[in-house]
Amino acid sequence: MNRIGNFIRSLFLWELLVGMSLTGRNLFAPKITVRYPEERTPQSPRFRGLHALRRYANGEERCIACKLCEAVCPALAITIESEQREDGTRRTTRYEIDMFKCIYCGFCEDSCPVDSIVETRIFEYHFENRPEQILGKQQLLAIGDKYEAMIAQDKALDAPYR
Amino acid sequence: MPEIQNYTMNFGPQHPAAHGVLRLVLELDGEVIQRADPHVGLLHRATEKLAENKPFNQSIGYMDRLDYVSMMCNEHGYVLAIEKLLGIEPPLRAQYIRVMFDEITRILNHLMWLGAHGLDIGAMTVFLYCFREREALMDCYEAVSGARMHATYYRPGGVARELPDYMPQYQPSPYRSKRELERMNAARQGGLLDFIEAFTDSFPSRVDEYETLLTDNRIWKQRLVGIGVVEPERAIELGFTGPMLRGSGVEWDLRKMQPYEVYDRLDFDIPVGVTGDCYDRYLVRVEEMRQSNRIIRQCVDWLRANPGPVMLDNHKVTPPRREEMKGDMESLIHHFKLFTEGYSVPAGEVYAAVEAPKGEFGVYLISDGANKPYRLKVRPPGFPHLAAMDEMVRGHMLADVVAVISTLDVVFGEIDR
Repeated sequence: MNRIGNFIRSLFLWELLVGMSLTGRNLFAPKITVRYPEERTPQSPRFRGLHALRRYANGEERCIACKLCEAVCPALAITIESEQREDGTRRTTRYEIDMFKCIYCGFCEDSCPVDSIVETRIFEYHFENRPEQILGKQQLLAIGDKYEAMIAQDKALDAPYR
Repeated sequence: MPEIQNYTMNFGPQHPAAHGVLRLVLELDGEVIQRADPHVGLLHRATEKLAENKPFNQSIGYMDRLDYVSMMCNEHGYVLAIEKLLGIEPPLRAQYIRVMFDEITRILNHLMWLGAHGLDIGAMTVFLYCFREREALMDCYEAVSGARMHATYYRPGGVARELPDYMPQYQPSPYRSKRELERMNAARQGGLLDFIEAFTDSFPSRVDEYETLLTDNRIWKQRLVGIGVVEPERAIELGFTGPMLRGSGVEWDLRKMQPYEVYDRLDFDIPVGVTGDCYDRYLVRVEEMRQSNRIIRQCVDWLRANPGPVMLDNHKVTPPRREEMKGDMESLIHHFKLFTEGYSVPAGEVYAAVEAPKGEFGVYLISDGANKPYRLKVRPPGFPHLAAMDEMVRGHMLADVVAVISTLDVVFGEIDR
């Protein structure tokens, strides 16, 4: 009986039909894809994307040129030069991240004692010519200024875990 | 009279079925393989050498990039080796988190493998379904570590951060009705553990779907049954590990044989094959996904019931919490010390291995007492598997080469390192 059943199933392509019926069911099932630029998949506040340098609420830049991020960077992507400013505080004169070298490990953010360098959840950016991938201090500060609300919200959400 | 020569053919490194950058030089007699000569080294990145020039922690991120479809398992091997040298043991909760993410990684890897294997054989559909589930697991990765693949999440002495109590949600859009949005966000209402639990509930039925598409399919069977047979004794001689060895019927799994972390507290089975052909290895991997799902479920239950620290409190090795660092001088000093110099480990040699999805991923670490490894040797599971390539395809047809490459589950990140 079993052999006859197997023969009939084999003759009528039973397992192929079962497979096709699964495909058919999924044809009418709700789609899991999203329409990307308008719609997005959820993104964790811990997301590690484009870097930014933050400022304090009074507009003063946070970075104090302690060079911890430069020291901890596994890919040696960060270059810092510093000087004393007229008011006696220590600040960077040069803060560069080579985005081609960066491996987005998040160690710079972990190491920063003043929460200055952060990795934001921005992942859509591009460079058109060679030296553009080296982001300078002003560019990083500009990113920080532009997205400060989002950064502050993300960091506040993650703060209890760090 | 001209000498009769075999036809020599170059396969890869740009061939879509070469799984990355495998170059095979095939000697063919008609369509039958006489010799297969794999050429490796096209993805060599000198990870082992680079690790000699960095403090221990800074190489964690590079371990992700070895076998880039089973990221956290690689980190695990490396972190275990350091912990063995230091003589420290992470808190129990961290061990459970590691085991849970190792098993998530195993499912990720096997799903990737199943999809790619299907594509190689000619089954397009299953690839899309596999990636549907991968998406959910990638979200788990992202939720804990902030990266969807290269997590850099494990640390000597624990894991980087506690599991989050929230999951990011889909935002309203003009294309979605309110009901649809609610359905999409249904699993994301609670924390990460709830999300993973919801996944483990639905995953077995998803595996059933893959099996419906493949297991009994006559084309699938014709392409896999009896292809690349490895006898159990030969598999051991060749240094096979993982599903490749178990597919040949040898019941060997580091999680059972020399349990690390908390595997001895968990209940799971080791699937083994019978004939050692591609089809058995397929069945073994599919069953491993189900077993991993079981393990994840047990970890979720334990993690829910047992809150606690996820990092050691030993600030010579692990960084202090941020509020401590900002308020306390000693913690600040520890913080600066750790992120510049790192920590020194006692001189010695250790070997630590984990059961990565592809097999035994081992790290042999020699330390001369500095804050950097003196020598780091990675034992990738894929290398011995690839070395057996010639033996496995000899006498098979050209089309079977593709099936054998993908049943080996090779990833060149780890083979070339």
